[in-house]
Amino acid sequence: MAASNPEFETDCIRRILAGEKHLFHALIEPCERAIYFLLLSLLRNEAEAEDAAQDTAIKVYLNLKSFRGDSQFRTWVLSIARNEGLGRLRKAGSRREDSLDAETDEQTGDYTPAILTSWREVPSAALEQKELGALLRQAIDGLPEIYRNVVLLRDIEEMDVRETAAALGVSEGAVKVRLHRARALLQRSLAPRLKGFAPKRKGLFGWGA
Amino acid sequence: MRIECKHVWEHISGYIDGEVDAGLRAEIDKHLETCEICSAVLDSTRNVVVLMADDRVFELPAGFSERLHARLDRELQLADST
Repeated sequence: MAASNPEFETDCIRRILAGEKHLFHALIEPCERAIYFLLLSLLRNEAEAEDAAQDTAIKVYLNLKSFRGDSQFRTWVLSIARNEGLGRLRKAGSRREDSLDAETDEQTGDYTPAILTSWREVPSAALEQKELGALLRQAIDGLPEIYRNVVLLRDIEEMDVRETAAALGVSEGAVKVRLHRARALLQRSLAPRLKGFAPKRKGLFGWGA
Repeated sequence: MRIECKHVWEHISGYIDGEVDAGLRAEIDKHLETCEICSAVLDSTRNVVVLMADDRVFELPAGFSERLHARLDRELQLADST
């Protein structure tokens, strides 16, 4: 994720509004990933998420003068992306949008982690193996919608709690609860399978057996 | 008093994010010193979080950026002429 840079953004927006339109490319570029993955999480279809991401960028451009700077630029952009996604779900007559509202944090579930007695770290270098990335994507894809969105923005795009809450239109408390549950579900589904990706170091610290 | 494993699990996410208060953090740290299950649960959860953050897990579709900016170019020109 590209770090947001409010000074660059403010200056860029001022100049774009004054006529230097080409600067919009540089302004929107750091938000591209977050826009796309938020929409993919909502729409669950790559082609439609891409189309919606393009529409989002155009809406951002057309509404640029209404950006007040009282939130971070990216937060504002993501709320436009979210509205675009929800609008498409509504138009498609999808029931998924209803289910988004219906899912609440009240629901109870089992968030007991996978119980392990030892853990050998899987290094990021292991991501060179395609199966590991696929395993992670599958696990995230299998999360209930309200948890998937939060994981996507907090852990994958590394946005902070406040920004995630603003982009999703939920409270900061809800973001924390959902993130906690999502991570517990991911740990439970992934930990037993990730073990195979840890480097083999027989005998060291008693890992051998 | 020793806190229970379940109590540690409830706060694991906040612990990883540095959001638990100092008192609770100290209790959890103390528990982790002697509980290999909670240590493994914490380490595996943290490992999952680190791996997910890697850009290689979720990549934009090939050509996504090029197509986006080409479309923007067309729209910016359209906006010019109106």
